[in-house]
Order: sequence, then structure tokens, then C-alpha cells
Amino acid sequence: MLTLLGVAVIVLGFALRFNPLMVVVAAALTSGLAAGLPPLEVLAAFGKAFNTNRYVTVAWLVLPAIGLLERAGLQEKARATIRSIRAASAGRILLVYLILRQLSAALGLVSIAGQAQTVRPLVAPMAEAASEPLSDRRREDVKAMSAATDNVGLFFGEDIFLAIGSILLIVGFLDQSGITVEPLHLSMWAIPSAIAAFFVHGARLLLFDRALSKSEAEQ
Amino acid sequence: MIGLPLVYLLAGLMFGAFAVLSALDRENRKRFGNAAFWGLFALSFLFGDHFGDLGNGFLALALALIAGTGQLGVGAPTTTSPAEREGLAATYGARLFIPALVIPVLVLVGTLAFKRLTLHDAPLVDPKQATLVSLALAALVAAILAQVMFRQPASAPLQEGRRLMDLVGWAALLPQMLAALGAVFALAGVGKTIGELAVMITPVDSRFAAVAAYCLGMAVFTVMMGNAFAAFPVMTGGIALPLVIGRFGGDPAVVCAIGMLSGFCGTLLTPLAANFNLVPAALLQLKDRYAVIRAQAPTAVLMLVVNVVLMNALAFHK
Repeated sequence: MLTLLGVAVIVLGFALRFNPLMVVVAAALTSGLAAGLPPLEVLAAFGKAFNTNRYVTVAWLVLPAIGLLERAGLQEKARATIRSIRAASAGRILLVYLILRQLSAALGLVSIAGQAQTVRPLVAPMAEAASEPLSDRRREDVKAMSAATDNVGLFFGEDIFLAIGSILLIVGFLDQSGITVEPLHLSMWAIPSAIAAFFVHGARLLLFDRALSKSEAEQ
Repeated sequence: MIGLPLVYLLAGLMFGAFAVLSALDRENRKRFGNAAFWGLFALSFLFGDHFGDLGNGFLALALALIAGTGQLGVGAPTTTSPAEREGLAATYGARLFIPALVIPVLVLVGTLAFKRLTLHDAPLVDPKQATLVSLALAALVAAILAQVMFRQPASAPLQEGRRLMDLVGWAALLPQMLAALGAVFALAGVGKTIGELAVMITPVDSRFAAVAAYCLGMAVFTVMMGNAFAAFPVMTGGIALPLVIGRFGGDPAVVCAIGMLSGFCGTLLTPLAANFNLVPAALLQLKDRYAVIRAQAPTAVLMLVVNVVLMNALAFHK
């Protein structure tokens, strides 16, 4: 039970908004010590996993390309393009992006879009431009909703693809427990939730448009 | 064979350049903090395999201390002004989209093609790393293309990369640190303990209650661990296999598929899923670090309810 202190450190540290990196280190030491491991052994286990998980950080390799394009005016061009489409609104743009993200993730193409390569340079500026003029607070909301839509589309699309990590994990786990399931069945049964997610988040996006135009009218 | 080592070499060189450029940036009052931070990143990518486990532990600790004690500043290399960018956007027009679209297209082509390419009967690219290699290659090609097409100064790719990297700051490291925390939690048996607790409080006599407990358990456990993959074996072994599937005869494929998606609802709600929830907030320069989570929360909660209803309706054929 004492090992749960590590989880408590995480919850408190994040709730009180300490620097998350320090919180993570503190939680690792707390849990490890509570489990009776010597401090250096905990640090070594942490370091080993830190080194094997370097691939998580590789995605930043796209930043030079994205930064260069920003320097040459990509965000401004994306905004201008959207301003020339009269039917465009933040909610509708994000709705189209939600469809594209869900469909491409369902085909296993999870890395073709993402927060660094599509949301920051294209999707967020387009959604902003479509709903201008915006108060600072509303601008934040539009950006946050752009990032949220990328995540929702990814999560409720990728499980439809046969060879994605989560499907393989389920097949492997059930196999160990003596149950055989076909990956195809698993991905098939992810479809109802994917459709529901499209309608739930899509409806929220259209309501988001209404909230935006309302707060515009109030100004 | 091209695989992770080459990608890590590229990342190491990029972070090394960020470190050098940070050290030379007199505008940034904390320039040596930034230089040390990105420099340690570079060392980790270039030589991480030679440091040993404890060495890597101290490296991670040093990174956390630099960021946690506020030694990181935000470098502001000279870039174009908003007015200049409007002008450039008008000059280059739709051509600006080409390098941006090259990234997804090359990732797509690379992911599909690299698995088939062979050289002397050996795969040219490590099939397991095809996506990561494609992403690195696509990023490189897009940067070169943008450099040439829009006649950018030679220092621009690395300076612009550093500008964005400094905006992300410590959040860039958080996903990797959390992955390492997951490993320590596993070693200390945190997941097992939480699983036992969840099983203890799960009602055993009603089918609906068992389904709800499994879906809710997946979401809550994912919130605490930051990762649905960590929650899945514990919750499925503890609740789904004995109760939902064993006792009430649920179809394993339906139960597990929807169970995993219930975990994803938790992922949308937790700051521990940093690369999805906190990194974008930094990347978009949002004032509230939790703004993305707040935007996702209604969708996540509604989808959790939907998943409980769907599992209850679809998993039991009789």
C-alpha cells in the first residue's frame, strides 16, 4: 500500500502546479523507496527506462522545418486562405480536421498529422482566422480546442487499425490468458465508439461555433 | 540497416546545435541554463547507450534540476516580423503549403515502402522503426525544401528550430520522464496494488455494475498512470476476465476493444499524458497549462458513458 504514496506525490504535485519534471523524479523516488528499493537502484531503473524511451522525444526533429515555414509566412498564408472562404468557421474547420484525423488514424497513418506538424502551423491559425475578431480569452479557447480535436480524432481512430500497439497488446494479453481473439474483431468493435466520438465531439464543435459568435455579439 | 541509431544521431546533432546557439545568444539572460539543458539532451541521444543505467539516471536528474530550479529561459533569435510575414505570404502564396504537405506524404510513403526495400537481401530500413525513420527523413527533406524554395539564410533552420524548442521548454522532456516513471512504478508494484484495490470495491452481482466498474476503472487508472496500456492488463485481469467475461459471458473482443477505448477517455483527462495534453499547450503558447485538458473533458466524460452503454449493449449476445 505504501507504494501508492508515489501516486499521491504525482496527484498533489500536478494539482499544486509544481514543475512537473521535479514532481516526476520525486514520485519515482517515493514509490521506489516505499517498495524497499535502495535509492541508487531506483535511480538506475529510472535512467534505464529514460534511455530506452528516447524515441518519444525524436518527434521534435520536425521543429526546424516548421519554424522555417513560419518564418516564411505559412501561418499568415493559412489565415489568408481561410478568410477568403466565407462559409468557414472555427467549428466547421475543426470538424473537417476531426474527420480527416479519424480516417487517417483508422488506416494506421497516425504520424502524418500531429500537434507540432499540423496543429501549430496550420489547424490552429486557420481556426483562429475563421472566427476573428477574437478576444484574448476566446483565442485561447480556439487554440485549445484545435489541440483537443487532434487528440480526440487520433484516439478514436487508431484502434480501428489492425496493427496498432493497443490492438497487439490486447491480443497478446488475452492469448496469455488462454483466450484467442482475431485482431480484426477487436478493430471492428472499436468502430461503434469511433462513430459515437465523431458525433459527440462534432456536436461540441458546432456548439462551440455558437458560443463564439455569441461572445462576439456581446462585445 | 538504417534504424534508430541514425535517427538518434540526427536528433543528437540537432539538440547539440540548439545548445551551442543558446550559449551564444546574449539576449537570453539564462542562456547557459538553456545551453546545459539542450546539451544534456544531445549527450543523451549521442552517447546514452554508453552511460550505463545509473549514469542515465543522473543525467535525467540533472535535466529535471535545471528545469525545476528555473534555469531555463526563452531564447528569441531574430526572425521575421509579423508585417514581413504578411508580405512573404503574399509573395510565395500557396507554394508555402508544399513543404508542409511533404511531411505527411513522405511519412506515408516511407512507412509503406521502407518495409519492402531490401539491399543485398537485408532490409534497408529496420521494419520496426519504419515510421520513425520516415518521420526523421520527412522532417529533413521538408526543412531543406523550405530553405531552398523560400531562400532562407543558412542559420535559419536551426535558429527557428531553437525558437520553437525554447517555447516548449521543459515540457519537451516530460513524456520521456513519465515513461521512465512508469517503469519505476511497475518495479515498485504500484499498478498491482491499485488493481487489487479496484477489484476489492467492484460489485460482483450485477452485470451492469461490473461493466461500469471495468470501464470506469480503466479510465481512472489511466488518469493515475498516464497511459491506458499500463491500466489494461491490471483492470482486465482483475475485473473483465473474472466478471464481465467469465461470470456474465461477455464477448472478449467487444469487452477488450471498448475497455481500451474507455482507458483512452482517461488519457484525454490526465496531465500525465504529457505529449498529448501538456506539450500542445506549450507549443501553442497557452496561458493555462491545463487548457487542452479542459477543452477535452466534456468529450472524454460523455464518451466514457457511451462506452459503458455500448459494452453493455454489444458484448452479451445471449
